[in-house]
Amino acid sequence: MKYLQTIGLVLFVLALGIFTLMLGLDQYRLSSDTLAIDNDYHREAFLEAARAADALDKTYGSSFAFSGQFKSLLQDAQASLNERAEAGIPEGLGEWDYKLGDWKFTEYTLATIRQSAEGPVTSQPLLFLLLTIGLGSIGGLLYILPVFLKIPGIKNDRIFHSSLQRGLDLNWRTFFLGATILGILIYGFFYINNFFWPSVTAAIMGLIIWLVFSYENSRERTPARSAGPGYGLNTAWLGVIAGTYLILFYVLLYWAPEHITPWMRMSDPLSRALNGGEASQWFVYGLLYTVIVLVMGVKMIAKYRHNRYQIIRTISVMFFQTAIAFLLPEILVRLNQPYFDFKNIWPLNYTFFFDWNINNLINSGALGIFMFVWGVLLIIVAVPVFTYFYGKRWYCSWVCGCGGLAETMGDPYRHLSDKSLRAWKFERWIIHGVLVFAVVMTIAVLYTYFTGSQQILFMSSDTVRGWYGFMIGSAFAGVVGTGFYPLMGNRMWCRFGCPLAAYLGLVQRFKSRFRITTNGGQCISCGNCSTYCEMGIDVRHYAQRGQDVVRASCVGCGVCAAVCPRGVLRLENSDLDVDTRTEALRTIRISGGEVRIEM
Amino acid sequence: MHIAILGNGISGITAARFIRKMSDHQITVISAETDYFFSRTALMYIYMGHMRFTDTQPYEPWFWEKNRIALRRGWVERVDFSGKQLQFTEGEPLAYDKLIIATGSAPNKFGWPGQDLAGVRGLYSYQDLEYMEAHSDGLKRAVIVGGGLIGIEMAEMFHSRHIPVTFLVREQSYWDAVLPKEESEMVSRHIREHGFDLRLSTELSEIVDDGNGRACAVITNEGERIECGYVGLTAGVHPNIQFLKDGELEIGRGILVDEHLQTNLPDVYAIGDCVQLREPKPGRRPIEAVWYTGRMMGETVAHTLCGQPQAYDPGIWFNSAKFLDIEYQVYGDIPAALPDDTESLYWEHPDGRKSIRINYRKADGAVSGFNLMGVRYRHEVCDKWIAEATPIETVIQQLGLANFDPEFYREHEAAVVAAYNQQSGRNLQLKQKRSLSAALRFLRSKTAL
Ligand SMILES: Cc1cc2nc3c(=O)[nH]c(=O)nc-3n(C[C@H](O)[C@H](O)[C@H](O)COP(=O)(O)OP(=O)(O)OC[C@H]3O[C@@H](n4cnc5c(N)ncnc54)[C@H](O)[C@@H]3O)c2cc1C
Ligand code: SF4
Ligand code: SF4
Repeated sequence: MKYLQTIGLVLFVLALGIFTLMLGLDQYRLSSDTLAIDNDYHREAFLEAARAADALDKTYGSSFAFSGQFKSLLQDAQASLNERAEAGIPEGLGEWDYKLGDWKFTEYTLATIRQSAEGPVTSQPLLFLLLTIGLGSIGGLLYILPVFLKIPGIKNDRIFHSSLQRGLDLNWRTFFLGATILGILIYGFFYINNFFWPSVTAAIMGLIIWLVFSYENSRERTPARSAGPGYGLNTAWLGVIAGTYLILFYVLLYWAPEHITPWMRMSDPLSRALNGGEASQWFVYGLLYTVIVLVMGVKMIAKYRHNRYQIIRTISVMFFQTAIAFLLPEILVRLNQPYFDFKNIWPLNYTFFFDWNINNLINSGALGIFMFVWGVLLIIVAVPVFTYFYGKRWYCSWVCGCGGLAETMGDPYRHLSDKSLRAWKFERWIIHGVLVFAVVMTIAVLYTYFTGSQQILFMSSDTVRGWYGFMIGSAFAGVVGTGFYPLMGNRMWCRFGCPLAAYLGLVQRFKSRFRITTNGGQCISCGNCSTYCEMGIDVRHYAQRGQDVVRASCVGCGVCAAVCPRGVLRLENSDLDVDTRTEALRTIRISGGEVRIEM
Repeated sequence: MHIAILGNGISGITAARFIRKMSDHQITVISAETDYFFSRTALMYIYMGHMRFTDTQPYEPWFWEKNRIALRRGWVERVDFSGKQLQFTEGEPLAYDKLIIATGSAPNKFGWPGQDLAGVRGLYSYQDLEYMEAHSDGLKRAVIVGGGLIGIEMAEMFHSRHIPVTFLVREQSYWDAVLPKEESEMVSRHIREHGFDLRLSTELSEIVDDGNGRACAVITNEGERIECGYVGLTAGVHPNIQFLKDGELEIGRGILVDEHLQTNLPDVYAIGDCVQLREPKPGRRPIEAVWYTGRMMGETVAHTLCGQPQAYDPGIWFNSAKFLDIEYQVYGDIPAALPDDTESLYWEHPDGRKSIRINYRKADGAVSGFNLMGVRYRHEVCDKWIAEATPIETVIQQLGLANFDPEFYREHEAAVVAAYNQQSGRNLQLKQKRSLSAALRFLRSKTAL
């Protein structure tokens, strides 16, 4: 048993090593044959610049060397096209059919670097697929499977002794989060090429900090329970490394995909088999995501094999991720239908009302129209109705992909969520702020769609949606949301950022049959429930006073109930007391329960 | 009015919170143990790495200042009852108008040779935990003496660090003074299943000194020597009132109090583990050292001090614990040895880790207690059935009302009914499955079904 686990761990680390190092294995040769620029003017200008710099038919040792050179040549080409455009653009051409826009850079670089690679990965993609994802999954499973042989029960032993899982103290957390946000904002200036939106974002962040610290009096209330004292870098180094790795992964994925083409290359065979085309970075991401949800889902099932709620729920997220989020859209593409994830709901799916998506759907025949109607029905019918019946958990911890990852890969970090009152205050401002942002952005986009006018009041709908995609869709959901798993817990995005969670949460809080019942006076205030609540809900606060838990943020993962050593908590539904769910107080029993008081 | 509360455990803190809710009295809570209230019941989880110490504190540090509950850290060595003053080993004395004593328990030691050696300790306070932690590095074996609730927790703690455990239990089966035979055997089996060296019917005779004042082995009553680096003494607790002895305060095994939790002295009250009730309710013990009674006493005394005098009434007994992976809940009266006038319905799952027991009076079938192993039942439903002396046949047909296991868990109530039918020759059917709505309807109804 021990041996199997050790072997599993070694294989996994090996696979992770190969996965990382393979990015540097191939070389890149720039030649006119591999140049993937489809616009003739751009292509010619580029070749001219390349010849002048004597850069053609040369081999570059790394994607960094290659893309550095390539982008500087693109700049040369851009400059010369601009110069020539002064003299006049050829008859019948739009400005940007002739001139080379900045936004074309990434596309050209990525496509060309895909073509120019030569080396072991390019010649043996399947081998690398097996050595990384294949070997990693086998290693992971070998590590996990022996757990099934142990006596079933809650096994959280030594989590806070583990360098990977123990998390950081408040100062280090603040440092990492602050540095990441600052980095994103600075990068945002360059990304969006606009000073207005990054400044507005910074101002709103400042406003929220002021609201929480001063308006809501949380300055002195330094959270003690956010993290343990003295958990600095030295003891939590594995967690810091894991977090940094994930953050870098997302930065490359979103903003520098030209450096991860070996991963795309190795996924090509699978991508061709599924959708008939080459793998994009999104295909790679979907593949990794699905494999991780599956393997770590098995781990979740092993850990909670005495708990049918957890088992069924985990199988559900594994199913939705694999079949509905990953395979079905790829197959649709193969069948020449629009790419569509049937379980992704606006405003989490923030591109749903973008012009290209609407047009794509309504121009794709009956199925496309069905998809559009389906998407709208999810928003206006499914969310309120299902949430009324079962709470937001029907989506957040049974269906959603973000939730799926959080509940599987993220499970080992669930205790790192901040349970302080201060964190709750931040949560409410931020998540509802994001919801407002999502709604405003979507209204702007629809306004443009219907009127054709870009400009609304002071803003351009294009920039707003670009900034939303950058700031919320990529930076918050990906870099912070997942990158911070080992640093601040597995539901950073779901708790603080997800606009759909905010919407579901409002329904759950005000009109739902769902609650977590507290079992009379049995609570011993031990704190297991609060500690393992990934949403940072101080469950114990309710349990020890005998009050049922009704909270907008509760995703109904059921782990609080699972870890409670006294059988105090139960997730359940009833329509008898929808409006009075929070009222009963049970612990207090004086003189036959006559006196009932609240604090 | 200045109310001083001696002890910041669950009873003292509950009293403080409720006094604050109901009044503007000045409140000071004193403890030598920790700065802030923490959950003693969670000590084991800190050691096992499930939680950090801060996670066991139910209130954030700012809570006390916000609610104007003053905290003082220090050891009270004497109470000057006539001068209404607490005297500390260090620092200024503290004057009070009313005093609530909530000093908790201390582990029992029965005069074993070697019981004061280094590496020998009970588990009650945070300092005990630190001591255990400091002795855990490189530990080859720990011996635990006494098979109660804390003993098994301590065994689990060492086990989580892969430190082998020998568990000396005086009784023939684990905790059989409290648990009925079947449940006690189930837990004994479960302890062995986890690989502990469980020695039943075995007592400690002596702890051996390694020559440097440290324990290196124990010798049992059978003369066997067991090498070990740590000896955990978990043979029960007693009220922690040593420093109050030989004074005006009337003391038995604990501080004697009346039904308003008042001691023999005016303006002095006592609550929690340290208390001995002069007149316990029928069927209840004078000293009940559990979390829940401490909490209820704290609330009761707060009412009394805030001008709404309340008699202490803990209602129907309930308790819970967890034996390694088996959760345990009890409602009402489940004696280890079945009295003559009582019948017991017992069902055990084939996996040997779950069981349901319902006791009822032979005469009229009124249910008197529920004992659950590995199954969760609703407190209020069981409480109501017992309070209303509901007949067993009504109860088991509606048994689903009580089921509190998570959704999708298999329900065993039908099997319990079958066991009843077999035992009684009746042919009843289960009429109610697990359902919150049904439970709510039942709880709201004025009389039993
Ligand atoms: C490991 C463990 C697990 C347990 N698990 C459970 C369980 O699962 N369920 C259950 O019902 N019960 C359990 N108990 C019992 C429960 O914890 C106690 O019944 C409860 O804590 C008693 O609370 P209290 O407020 O009366 O006293 P305590 O919590 O003991 O608080 C008394 C405080 O007063 C301080 N004090 C005492 N004398 C002085 C003095 N002279 N000067 C200054 N300070 C002083 C002490 O240091 C202590 O901090 C457990 C106990 C232990 C040790
Ligand atoms: S509800 Fe359960 S886990 Fe939470 S504090 Fe109470 S006893 Fe502990
Ligand atoms: S309160 Fe419980 S069910 Fe809800 S999110 Fe927290 S741990 Fe999960």
